[in-house]
Amino acid sequence: MYSQGLIGADGRTEETEDFLAAFQRRMDAEEKIEPNDAMPEGYRRTLVRQIGQHAHSEIVGMLPEGNWITRAPSLKRKAALLAKVQDEGGHGLYLYSAAETLGVTREQMTEELLSGKAKYSSIFNYPTLSWADIGIIGWLVDGAAIMNQIPLCRCSYGPYARAMIRVCREESFHQRQGYELCLTLSRGTEAQKAMLQDALDRWWWPCLMMFGPHDGDSLHSDQSMAWKIKRFSNDDLRQKFIDATVPQGEYLGLTFPDPELKWNEEKGGYDHGPIDWEEFWRVVKGGGQMNRDRITARKKAWDEGAWVREAALVHAEKRRARQLAAE
Amino acid sequence: MANETPLWEVFIRPRNGLSHKHVGSLHAADEVLALQAARDVYTRRGEGNSIWVVRSVDIVASDPDQSAENFDPTAEKIYRHPTFYEIPEDVGHM
Repeated sequence: MYSQGLIGADGRTEETEDFLAAFQRRMDAEEKIEPNDAMPEGYRRTLVRQIGQHAHSEIVGMLPEGNWITRAPSLKRKAALLAKVQDEGGHGLYLYSAAETLGVTREQMTEELLSGKAKYSSIFNYPTLSWADIGIIGWLVDGAAIMNQIPLCRCSYGPYARAMIRVCREESFHQRQGYELCLTLSRGTEAQKAMLQDALDRWWWPCLMMFGPHDGDSLHSDQSMAWKIKRFSNDDLRQKFIDATVPQGEYLGLTFPDPELKWNEEKGGYDHGPIDWEEFWRVVKGGGQMNRDRITARKKAWDEGAWVREAALVHAEKRRARQLAAE
Repeated sequence: MANETPLWEVFIRPRNGLSHKHVGSLHAADEVLALQAARDVYTRRGEGNSIWVVRSVDIVASDPDQSAENFDPTAEKIYRHPTFYEIPEDVGHM
């Protein structure tokens, strides 16, 4: 999800067949892998990439919503938005810690984000143009994230699964406050209703892209499934999301911007029109509206925080020296 | 990198009467900042009333490669469990 079907993942691995077979038996028996356990290099690399992308997405995801904190229309909405953005910072931190158990440092991951080597979810490269976007993000973006993250709570890698359990517990608040915000707008003035419809029109397709490429085009998916990192295919999750979401949108009196969206009795789910994958790849590869702003903002935070990190370390060293001298 | 901020493991007691439980880790320059960060990152929704932080480098762990020799033998020692011993029903609950 926030890792979008492992963009650029590399599951190749070079261990002996016996070792790989023994590892696969542990996977098949639903055993969990913990940090110091022996694991194939491809498994480690795939997880570092996926958890890293996921963590970066949480951190970059603070930016589009943070944009509206000072302009929230009431104290209640402002408190909720602050809490949500703070949660996302927390989620990023849980996930960075989980990735670090695999032998990568926080500094390395940060450098990869800032240099553009590491990716984050394409959804955060779209701008938040109106207050209704905040409702739509909670309802749809976080809703899509939950759809993907619930199976990750059963991921074979223990620290990732445990981080996801915490994240999922908190994510439900994000979705509900978003839907409630949309509900309020849907019962408001004509201008408020139009603002909500406009937000849905802009966010619907990018939300469907969050699940990553179609199964046939999703490289490395099979290996991730065998290793129990991934539990459902991109298309299956996308379908589940659409089926759950469309009735919620209809309740709000909204029209989805897809003329081909209709209930298919036979398959017991909705059919939808074609997704613009060219747009998806353009945004992933840096050509989205906000890619440059997002990385500039993260770089600014990192560079301007450097003196604080240095000062804290020097202060800690000074206190340690004083304590030693006093002993 | 020489300037890496140290890693800490965080343990939280959900409420009095329960023991502290590992909840995750975080980076902080010293123990004061580690406690502050642990409060912000791991207790936003009433998760506990007491926090321990321990520098990760200070934790000594058993070797996963020796887990079989360390922990498997107990499975054979069934005589360590109360159900191994038969007590006549007439004696009643014991």
